Amino acid sequence: MKIEGKKAIWSEYQKEIADDHYFYVRSCIRQNFFPGSEVAFLKIMREELNKDIYEHPCHTTCSGIGYHGDVVPVETAMTVVARQFAMMTEAGYRNYIPSCITSFGLYTEILETWHHFPEVEKRIREQLWKATKREFVVPENLAHASDVIYKFRKEIVAKGKYKLVNKNTGEPLKVVDHIGCHYAKMFPSKGIGGAEYPYVLAGMVEEWGGKVIDYPERRHCCGFGFRQYLIQANRGFSIACSKEKFESMQPFKPDMIITNCPGCPMFLDRWQYVINEMEGKRYGQDGEGIPVFTYEEVAGLILGYNPWDLGLQMHQTDCEPVLDKIGIEYDPEEKHNTSIYNKKVEVHSSVNV
Amino acid sequence: MDKHIVVIGGGTAGMEAAGQLALAGFAVSLIEKEKDTGGHLNDWYKLFPDRRNSSEVKDYLDKKVSSKSIRILTETYIEKLNSNKDGFLLFTQDGTELKADAIVVATGFDLFKSSRKEEYGYGIYNNVITSKDLEKMFRKGKITMTDGNEPKTVGFVHCVGSRDEKVGNFYCSKLCCVTAVKQAIEVREHLPESKVFCFYMDMRMGGAYYEELYREAQEVWRVNFIRGKVSEASESINDKLVVKVEDTLAGRPLKIELDMIVLMAGMEMSEGGKKIAEQAGLQTGENRFFSPADHHYANNISDKKGIFYAGTCTAPMNITETISHARSAVSEVINYFNDKA
Repeated sequence: MKIEGKKAIWSEYQKEIADDHYFYVRSCIRQNFFPGSEVAFLKIMREELNKDIYEHPCHTTCSGIGYHGDVVPVETAMTVVARQFAMMTEAGYRNYIPSCITSFGLYTEILETWHHFPEVEKRIREQLWKATKREFVVPENLAHASDVIYKFRKEIVAKGKYKLVNKNTGEPLKVVDHIGCHYAKMFPSKGIGGAEYPYVLAGMVEEWGGKVIDYPERRHCCGFGFRQYLIQANRGFSIACSKEKFESMQPFKPDMIITNCPGCPMFLDRWQYVINEMEGKRYGQDGEGIPVFTYEEVAGLILGYNPWDLGLQMHQTDCEPVLDKIGIEYDPEEKHNTSIYNKKVEVHSSVNV
Repeated sequence: MDKHIVVIGGGTAGMEAAGQLALAGFAVSLIEKEKDTGGHLNDWYKLFPDRRNSSEVKDYLDKKVSSKSIRILTETYIEKLNSNKDGFLLFTQDGTELKADAIVVATGFDLFKSSRKEEYGYGIYNNVITSKDLEKMFRKGKITMTDGNEPKTVGFVHCVGSRDEKVGNFYCSKLCCVTAVKQAIEVREHLPESKVFCFYMDMRMGGAYYEELYREAQEVWRVNFIRGKVSEASESINDKLVVKVEDTLAGRPLKIELDMIVLMAGMEMSEGGKKIAEQAGLQTGENRFFSPADHHYANNISDKKGIFYAGTCTAPMNITETISHARSAVSEVINYFNDKA
């Protein structure tokens, strides 16, 4: 491995990420899978980085999950997305940051389509007007939420309490970075580091003290693959994909996996449990699984947030081995205290649906 | 004849054209940007299909340009090119003025930069090399990996930068297939215990004795030809290269561990050619090579009077074709002055 070669590619694929004033849109599914992640992101942005970030309560699905599942036509998806842009416009924001990778991919695809086929954009504007009487301007800056954390990775570690370092050995933790397929595989120039050697998560890991593992099935899908899982008959293929990745990364002895997609942590986490149930096999060290994290969870841990406030108790593959290696303090008795879910969720009023 | 012709490019086509022009009685200036003339011949050890030493062809061309009528300017390139009613005025990078009655453009090709196919890991993974890198090893007489050991398994990846919409090259570079066959045989000769695989889309053996060489590779040298395009390369825990490819004849995906991967880099319009195209306002085609006046019967003639093309600046071609093309360019130059007279 020649790291200079990777650095040369990373330097070619950089993109502009807005510095402040973000219109944030949540994922359809992440709040069910890993409910602490988006909350942690907003907390980091507002309280740690002092950024202006707004989310609209009437934001809906972008319909990307249906579009990539072949049940939503592209023009429908475009009109739904146009409505999201209209809400951003009405709220006075121009920097759009989706939480979901598939949303990011869909927004990118739509903006590129409109750029090359302005007549399509015109038609979508007409459809949106007929349906909702809304108008919009396209975002000045579109970045995925992981791009924003990447941008502020140095600030986060500067405020941090922990690093991705084994407290007993002083060695960096070995981290598998798994990038959602829709982040850059469709439009390599829109992802930090491009599609083949993405740097968005690797950059965080490096800055936060860890070491990234490059293993043969690094580029392989997590197993979600939309139709691989959404169509029940294909689910064997879904778990087979995940298994292929685990088998490939296991020899490198990873301490943890970091992800930036809604589906990836879900499948990499849950399928480890299922494989263990089916075959009695675990892929981590000392007979454990390999803990899987979202990037917001890792950022939260670096900043010293309570693991249970981050929702790590929702993981099916236990995260404690990583917490112990880093030396993060936690109360095992509090793991399943669900008081976090009873916290008041701030909802913005004056809504125009 | 008191006419002065500037030949831009001192590779096979430029040297042959310069030699022929001198034989026809012209005064010639041969411009070469590198230290030595010879172009890509200097990078190749043996040539297909007969596997003669490339130096034999270089020796022939050196003799050809040894005429007193030929002035060779190495480490020189054209900075500016003006045309007027009398012909052309060219300025080199050091300000030297060259007056020309006609110009032969022989700027050749550049090998496709294999690092652009990021998924193959050239410049990132150890032991991913190009066909040109392998020729250097042949010349040294030793095929070794970065750890100094000899590879036991070698894979040749065809069509790197050719017939590939993703990198913007739709065309076939025509010669990479036969180069891979030649190099696969040479690897087996050097390393008789090695296993060699060629991953191809389809074999384009369109030259004299190419098909015979392909058959020899299979029957005598037991090279394994697998029809399928490599999708990606990566590195295993044992520092082996892991290649994913679809075996389209077996109808199944294949994952194979190899010690070395050789990327068969295609041919692209040279950077030097692009500059000349811009300076002289010459037309280029969709493939970015120079576009001749007519592909059938005016293949050496440009869209500017007095400027002619020789060799691979118009399209990928082998050495035989390049030499023939250079000679026909000289015929067109002679016709040009005869018509003017």
